[in-house]
Amino acid sequence: MKRILNLFIVVALASSALMAQQQQPSAADVAALMQKVRDLEDRVVILEGQLRQVKAQQQPAQPTATAPATAANAPATQPQVTTEQGAAGATQGAETVRLGGAGGAAAKALNPDISVIGDFIGSAGHNPNEPTPSFQMHESEIGLQAIVDPYARADFFISFGEEGVNLEEGFITFTALPKGFVAKAGKMRAAFGKVNTLHNHVLPWVDRPLVTRNLVGGEDGIDDAGISVQHIIPAPKNWFVEFTGQGFRGDSSDVFRASNKNDLSTVGHLRVFKDITDNSNIDLGASYSRGHNTFGTDFLTNLYGVDATWRWKPLQRSIYRSFVARSEFIWRQQDQPAVLSCQLLTCPGAALGVQRAFGYYASADYQFARRWFFGGRFDHSDRATNAALADKGGALVLTYWPSEFAQVRGQYRITRYAEHFDAHEGFIQLQFALGAHGAHPF
Amino acid sequence: MKMMNSQLKFLIVLLCVALLAPSAAQAKKLKVITTLTDLASLTQEISGDKVDVEALAKGYQDPHFVEPKPSFLLKLRNADLLISVGLDLEIGWLPPLITQSGNGRIQPGAQGYLDASQFAEILEQPQGKVDRSMGDVHPLGNPHYWLDPDNGRRVAKGIATKLGELDPGDSAYFQQRYQDFANRLAEAEKKWDAEMAPYRGRKIVTYHRSWPNFAKHFGLDVVGYIEPRPGIPPTPSHTIELVNLMKRENIKIELIEPYFDSKTPNSIASMTGGKVVVMLPSVGGKPEVTDYFKLFDYDIALLTKAFQETK
Repeated sequence: MKRILNLFIVVALASSALMAQQQQPSAADVAALMQKVRDLEDRVVILEGQLRQVKAQQQPAQPTATAPATAANAPATQPQVTTEQGAAGATQGAETVRLGGAGGAAAKALNPDISVIGDFIGSAGHNPNEPTPSFQMHESEIGLQAIVDPYARADFFISFGEEGVNLEEGFITFTALPKGFVAKAGKMRAAFGKVNTLHNHVLPWVDRPLVTRNLVGGEDGIDDAGISVQHIIPAPKNWFVEFTGQGFRGDSSDVFRASNKNDLSTVGHLRVFKDITDNSNIDLGASYSRGHNTFGTDFLTNLYGVDATWRWKPLQRSIYRSFVARSEFIWRQQDQPAVLSCQLLTCPGAALGVQRAFGYYASADYQFARRWFFGGRFDHSDRATNAALADKGGALVLTYWPSEFAQVRGQYRITRYAEHFDAHEGFIQLQFALGAHGAHPF
Repeated sequence: MKMMNSQLKFLIVLLCVALLAPSAAQAKKLKVITTLTDLASLTQEISGDKVDVEALAKGYQDPHFVEPKPSFLLKLRNADLLISVGLDLEIGWLPPLITQSGNGRIQPGAQGYLDASQFAEILEQPQGKVDRSMGDVHPLGNPHYWLDPDNGRRVAKGIATKLGELDPGDSAYFQQRYQDFANRLAEAEKKWDAEMAPYRGRKIVTYHRSWPNFAKHFGLDVVGYIEPRPGIPPTPSHTIELVNLMKRENIKIELIEPYFDSKTPNSIASMTGGKVVVMLPSVGGKPEVTDYFKLFDYDIALLTKAFQETK
């Protein structure tokens, strides 16, 4: 199509030029001619744009089964039919060929965006409480993301660990609900605080904070099947206020356990955000979660959390400098059999059967060059089933990004366990991403 | 617990009803959000005072790396139209914002979502297989197309048509404003072309591949990049190659965007006797560059001065 048009323009120009030579053109003629060329150019550009869209929409609909039959006819020098020439050739016959791997975005238009993120960790040091192997392919996360229809999109994250496969998240998001509601259904990381919502590969550390490990289900966290509804609440002076309400089946790591069908768990989260200047902002959250725990239907766990994040990023140098300070405070109140508490503790009378544990972390990360980040974290957390025991720790982290799609990280971690011994550990982590350019969470 | 179950069922029914319910018609001023300031400026030219226009990113920040801040959601949730550059320029930040906006009107494919790249001439569309060994390439073509005033006109025309669709009552007004804009742009183009005419065919290097459309329009020849590959910061070996190339070809001008570090460009300039020109890729890159016309006025004034100085 484009060739024909180009030809048409050339002919039009040539014929006008011939005529012009014969008649000695006036300035007005030249201007009119120029205008005409410009209009024609515009039409070509518009047609090219339409062609791009048609190519993106139509071609994948052709069944790939026709490929073997026509492959022999395909010119060997032109295996990919997404080039301009190829598209022109496509008009000659419907039986175009597309061979694997080639084709760019147009060929895959209706496929979901596919990404794979590898997470390799090497560790050194001795930690009897939480032993880690010397080398591990910690996780290979496959993301499949696409728009379902005009009303919804869907996101799947399947993580292959060293021991098995886990659907980390898989949910549909209804994006076209009235009154500004956004609803999700499926399995998802609960909106409890900040760290619980983050996948491993977007954490600013190799591990998760002690308080997450002790009180909020560790690496998997609160991650369950259910539904979620969120809504932005109108607020004055450009404050962003959003409420999220979630209902889950009630099975999440060691935090919640549904012993029978009605043991649902709930999560509520309020987020408040404000730009302080163009370069800095604050992000505050309050979370609550309630569910039945591993001791049975009659035993409840309540979780309360508050989080605060301050970010600084000078916009004009946004790719070179940034700073993020973040802290989360989490309280966990857990019902458990009085006998258990008596075994663990010395039966402190009033507190019998209920454990009230508290933990927090505070962290800061500074980007000091385009590819370099330095950060630290301080940890403190009681233990869930015996709040009288508290672990403490800290970590220093140095991160390097060879490109946007790979990351090398070193972390030194010290943990002072309640049993009065210290664990010193060093980690090296390598993360690498293939495929679709996923958006970074904020 | 029984009650919770019935509540859940009620909620699900509510969602289904909500999906089918028609959205309320609105008779107020259209609200348009654009990703970049350039698109906002073009929309402003077309819409006059009939429409409220606002851009998400600032003109002086790198449009590839905008943070998807919740405050943007406040702007998006009431928008009637979202205009994006497209070609994956905003892929790192716009999709989650659209999803979380709770605004069905601006979802991709809906009437209030406009990908402006469909109207523009797109250069550097990769032919054949694309992979990341080439750096952060845009598989659909170079997204910095608004830096050719002809593309500005084409995009403005597309915006005028779209605004007319959304607000049929003012359709004629938008078309008339477009005509007026196109005429003024043609006048300005004559001036810019005349100013740049002495330098047609000059070779330059640029930091990022932000300038192919600009270079094509004004007849400049971009022969090298300070980035070894798109999105990869300069490396010593590549810089040496570039310096040799610039000396060999007697290239004096380096175009860089205001959001890149000027250290490497400056050292290249000192080695080659060249000049670093911090050109603005977007409206609002400097406070005085308030619209699409002033963007070219500013850039061309800088560039012609630099060409004269490095004669």
